[in-house]
Amino acid sequence: MTPEIGHYALVLALLLAAAQALFGLLGPVLAQQRYVQAVPFAVAGQFVFTALAMACLVNALVQMDFSVRYVAENANSALPLFYRVAAVWGAHEGSLLLWILVLSVWTVAVTLRSRALPQRFIARVLGIMGLLSVGFLLFTLATSNPFLRLDPAAPDGRDLNPVLQDFALAIHPPMLYIGYVGLSVAFAFACAAMIEGQLDQAWARWTRPWTTLAWAFLTAGIALGSWWAYYELGWGGFWFWDPVENASFMPWLVATALIHSLAVTDKRGLFKSWTLLLAISGFSLSLLGTFLVRSGVLVSVHSFAADPARGVFILAFLVIVIGGALTLYAWRAPGLRSSAGFELTSRESFLLFNNILLVIAAAVIFGGTMAPMVSDALGQGALSVGPQYFNPTFLLPTLPLLALVSVGMHASWKRGNLSRTQRPVLATLALAVALALAVWMGAYGTGSLMLPVGLGLGLWIILSSLVDPIDRLRRGLSLSAGVLGMSIAHIGLGLLTLGIAVVQTASIERDSALVVGQSAQLGAYSFRFDGVEPAEGANFNATQAKVTVQRDGVDVAVLQPQKRTYWVQRNAMTEAAIKTQWNQDLFVAMGEDVGKGAWSLRMQVRPLIQFVWFGAIIMMLGGIIAGLDRRYRQLKPVAEQEPNTVDVAAGARTA
Amino acid sequence: MIARRRRLVLVLGIIAGVAAAGGLALQAFRSNVTFFFDPTQVAAGEVKQGQRFRLGGMVKEGSLVRQAGELEVRFAVTDFKREVPVVYRNVLPDLFREGAGVVAHGRMQADGSFLADEVLAKHDEKYMPPEVARSLKKGETRSGI
Repeated sequence: MTPEIGHYALVLALLLAAAQALFGLLGPVLAQQRYVQAVPFAVAGQFVFTALAMACLVNALVQMDFSVRYVAENANSALPLFYRVAAVWGAHEGSLLLWILVLSVWTVAVTLRSRALPQRFIARVLGIMGLLSVGFLLFTLATSNPFLRLDPAAPDGRDLNPVLQDFALAIHPPMLYIGYVGLSVAFAFACAAMIEGQLDQAWARWTRPWTTLAWAFLTAGIALGSWWAYYELGWGGFWFWDPVENASFMPWLVATALIHSLAVTDKRGLFKSWTLLLAISGFSLSLLGTFLVRSGVLVSVHSFAADPARGVFILAFLVIVIGGALTLYAWRAPGLRSSAGFELTSRESFLLFNNILLVIAAAVIFGGTMAPMVSDALGQGALSVGPQYFNPTFLLPTLPLLALVSVGMHASWKRGNLSRTQRPVLATLALAVALALAVWMGAYGTGSLMLPVGLGLGLWIILSSLVDPIDRLRRGLSLSAGVLGMSIAHIGLGLLTLGIAVVQTASIERDSALVVGQSAQLGAYSFRFDGVEPAEGANFNATQAKVTVQRDGVDVAVLQPQKRTYWVQRNAMTEAAIKTQWNQDLFVAMGEDVGKGAWSLRMQVRPLIQFVWFGAIIMMLGGIIAGLDRRYRQLKPVAEQEPNTVDVAAGARTA
Repeated sequence: MIARRRRLVLVLGIIAGVAAAGGLALQAFRSNVTFFFDPTQVAAGEVKQGQRFRLGGMVKEGSLVRQAGELEVRFAVTDFKREVPVVYRNVLPDLFREGAGVVAHGRMQADGSFLADEVLAKHDEKYMPPEVARSLKKGETRSGI
């Protein structure tokens, strides 16, 4: 019975979302105050029914109701409770439901937090978000209903894909979705401002916290996915330029640009139309990411099942949303020009460079990700684009970007007088260069030139991010959450840069076939294979190897990687064993029995790889701190300039 | 006037930067894209000498050979018309097996075998790389499995 309740709840949610969109968008135009006032009720109702639908799906999974197709395909009676809940987003239908629920939660948050904003404006924002919700609910009900029944019911389920049975992966999709969908808030704010034909500095201040928080979750989501691919898929690296990774990285880069350009719009009233364009493209790329992952056009570990009907639906939705927003932009943005000037070495300039470089980075990734699909569609042959393309083209804009962070952070608004801030910038640069050279010579004697360059840039960013907070504290000045968050996020970026620079240049990898007692040498470490034994888990059998790692004859770690066979889905699965130390990871994954008592093993020493994810988490913390700055919440109730009806009518005429 | 000239410098600088980045990206793209070929195309000599490419098809039943205790494996990739012998000296992925779809990255060697530096088999046993599926459909003469 509960699956049917879930199904009906979704239908009701669709109706309420449609009401939310209609009242929100038409209310201001028709000058119907009652319509505007009805919007929050539609928002609340939609949330209640979406949450109910989600509860029904969770219930079906937890109770293992194998008469529901989604449950039969993605769970099993031997599946632990935690993963039964996580199976909600383990496949296509459930993750769409999660997308909708997350959108609904963001909508509720906007409704609650924006009572001080002009009602008309917020009604339009909620109307846009309602439209998005309608699209996704229609999509779910029409092509991807998670509540479909099986008749007769399956005796037991096909189980959750073993690679998804993992803690980091259980929380990766929700985080990523909170980020993806959070960008819809900035998108809706941008569309509402364009419909009103009015965009002032207050608008940017309203939009900033939402964007920053969405960005923080997106950061966490991407980092979790990357961490998972590292230890669960046994690929042994942190980034593979897999199309689905790129799909989440492009909106992140644009959102990062948006955060910075919103700062300029907020403080100086500049970059207005550019900010709008970024807000539109950030969310469009999120949708594109969803399309790429869900339509099955991608060759990737993430693509579930290919279903052309779904692809066509998402494509149409994409065209409507992006096309509509861009049309609105082409129509309204020219009226939003700002005329204030700024100098070449002012903070505005540096933020402009930041934006250009980030957008270039997103563009080269976009080109490399879409090229295979375009080529395929045009019948030009199946080509593929790999790290050989992405690494150099991504470095090209990001190296100058990293070099500009420290200078830009200390530049003052409007005026380009660098002499006042020269000292901390140059002092931190000198210190960073000295430290980078020392670490390079001392710890990583060899390696490419990228190592000292990356180390130097990372250290420079970290050191110069500390200058401002320390200076303020010493002079007894208050430190706003915004500045603190920015500094912390930049320190995270510095740590990330250190990690990437070192792990990319100083890692040692080796695949070898070893017999019991035989060792392989990786740099200063010797990996000794001590044999295999059977092992058993909650829902799998495994062969477990023992590998002892030594340095200078002293045991450093005992690693026990596994080759698992899950009972239901019979596929072999590699579970890598990793010893994490603060400055490096020792990694072993099992290959196979190659005969004569030998096993093939994949062994790696990866220095500073944990800095990559640690840096990302610090960035996320910085984002959350900045996003919760009180400044954004002290919104003076903005009085409607004229009696509502007259104002609305005037707005409609000029529109 | 000075402000205007500054802005001009800024805009020109940005345009130059974007153009340079675009040019370099295109260059990197041209020299680093790898194309997909099936064994029939390889046999027909469609692959340029020394070109890195992706070879896709099914692992031929009974073709997997390994010197006991060694890492190196040899197997044949087939599209049921032609086949290409492959040499690989790393750990094979979990789902690699005879009769299943596979994509290998690498180059042809002088002896007519394909030296792979990366072998991909997908996580889903029902999954077949779309390009392999298409290439097999073209062949149509499914016998073997």
